[in-house]
Amino acid sequence: MFSSYTMQKRLSRVAIYVVLVALALFFLYPAVFMLVLSLQPDETQIAADMGTIFSVIPRTISLENFVNVFERVNFGRAFLNSIFIVGMIIGLGMIVNSMIAYALARMRWAGRNVVLGIIVALIIIPFEAVAVPLLLLTNRLGWLDSYHVQIIPFVANPLHIFLFYQFFIGLPKEIEEAALVDGASRFRVYWQIIVPLSGPVFATVAILGFLAQWGQFLWPLMVTRGETFRPLPVAMQTFYGQAPFLWGDRLAFAVMMTLPTVIVFLIFQKWFVQSVASSGVKG
Amino acid sequence: MAVQAKTQGSGWKNDGVLAWVFSAPAIILLLVFLIIPFFMAIGLAFTNQPLVPNLNLPTQFVGLRNFVNLFGDATFHKALTNNFLFALVVVPLQTSLALLLAVLVNQNLRFIKVFRTIYFTPVTITMVVVSVIWLLLYDASPEGAINNVVHIMTFGAVDAQNWLGNKLLVWPAIMLLSIWQGVGFQMVIYLAGLQSIPVELYEAAQVDGANALQQFFGITIPQLRNTTIFIVISTTIFAFGLFTQVMIMTTGGPGDATNTTIFYAFMQGFRQGKIGYGSAITVIYFLIVLCISLTQRFFMREERAVE
Repeated sequence: MFSSYTMQKRLSRVAIYVVLVALALFFLYPAVFMLVLSLQPDETQIAADMGTIFSVIPRTISLENFVNVFERVNFGRAFLNSIFIVGMIIGLGMIVNSMIAYALARMRWAGRNVVLGIIVALIIIPFEAVAVPLLLLTNRLGWLDSYHVQIIPFVANPLHIFLFYQFFIGLPKEIEEAALVDGASRFRVYWQIIVPLSGPVFATVAILGFLAQWGQFLWPLMVTRGETFRPLPVAMQTFYGQAPFLWGDRLAFAVMMTLPTVIVFLIFQKWFVQSVASSGVKG
Repeated sequence: MAVQAKTQGSGWKNDGVLAWVFSAPAIILLLVFLIIPFFMAIGLAFTNQPLVPNLNLPTQFVGLRNFVNLFGDATFHKALTNNFLFALVVVPLQTSLALLLAVLVNQNLRFIKVFRTIYFTPVTITMVVVSVIWLLLYDASPEGAINNVVHIMTFGAVDAQNWLGNKLLVWPAIMLLSIWQGVGFQMVIYLAGLQSIPVELYEAAQVDGANALQQFFGITIPQLRNTTIFIVISTTIFAFGLFTQVMIMTTGGPGDATNTTIFYAFMQGFRQGKIGYGSAITVIYFLIVLCISLTQRFFMREERAVE
């Protein structure tokens, strides 16, 4: 609000729009470049066009590269693997993390403060710090090259527990207490009162989880071997290094990997922005 | 009254068991997949544990040998230095760009939401894809996109460069795409911070005759203190976790030029199967992250104390 008032006074609107558009070009160019060149089936034309205006205005519109990708690799498999793995992490995570958060926010039990303190401390540990021993551990369990090795370690998430906890302690207690006095079980209260009231925090956790998990690369690179359980980022890397080295095909792969997430983002934009904003509200 | 007390009493007793039932799945998962591996990392760092068990060479406690070796490991030094340099350049650049973008899109102008959307979109593109796109953008031939842009912008003074094959240029190249992908995230956090500043502060400043610049440095920057600390710290931690771009674009090269701490831990712990040595690297990585996080708590606490 302030900025609109003073900025307009200080700088002309035109100057602001010039800056806005210049920045927009910087952020858009690589994405448009990928999309436009993925439609060009002629590899020598890509090499000739990539530094020219024809990297943003399509010379030809052909889906040949996309067909090539499907002929060369099992793209659908990798895509469904990613959807399944990320979906399971988010789905199971929402149940597991919100349940412990509810116990921490509403129930009185010995050990509550200790558990809460430990969970807050655990937020600091980045996944990279435990990746190597986790590889040894899951290898010993015989879990390598599977779905569960990519799902189960990521279900419980200290940051998500904390976000749920913060939201739950802000909810009014009256309805819950009334339900408890009426003899409803704790589980029913959680499922029929708390969960329906907590849409925003579930959306936040789902979106933050999606942004973090969809691009996961280090872990699946270590624990998957073949095509069967491989998610998109590793499939993209493998495809990149696979002969024939055709940029058209690589970019078509990249477009197919990107379009669904960008479309989902454009539809649920408001939620994305709110979720990211709330991840920063601390202290 | 008595009845109510009794209900509460029995409810409390039930809660004790029930609370553990509600918490058990998360606690067990965190224990097995986060807490135990964390202590394993510390323990394994003092052993010569291999990834694949070797019957002829049982795992032994080697004391501080891994850390002594790391101390004299030139590649590790290079990797660590690279992370520090990356953070030193990217953190201030990305933080200030994020603030600039946030201030720009916080204005009440037509189409402003479109610009906000455009600036945020790269955040939703996976880093692996971003790395592949920029690999082509950085193409070393004179026809390369970045080469062309630079050629035009310098009026032909700068010729085609091998961005990813040149030890001096490879870091700015990786930094640029990292900022491109990540800055929208911080922009949105700053935007939330900007919108939570009370309008009265600006109104009062205007009455006192403060200009836009004075208001920005006198009100906006101090009010965003905690947001800035959060962004600086989380970007720094992110900078120390740098892996994907390097793995896809340069595999640590040319030479050791783009080796990073996590890339080196991956190569040692996974590719070479040296779990002990890899764990020692991640322990040092964790200690660095811990120091950065404690810095955050220190500064944020100080802020509260002042208030």
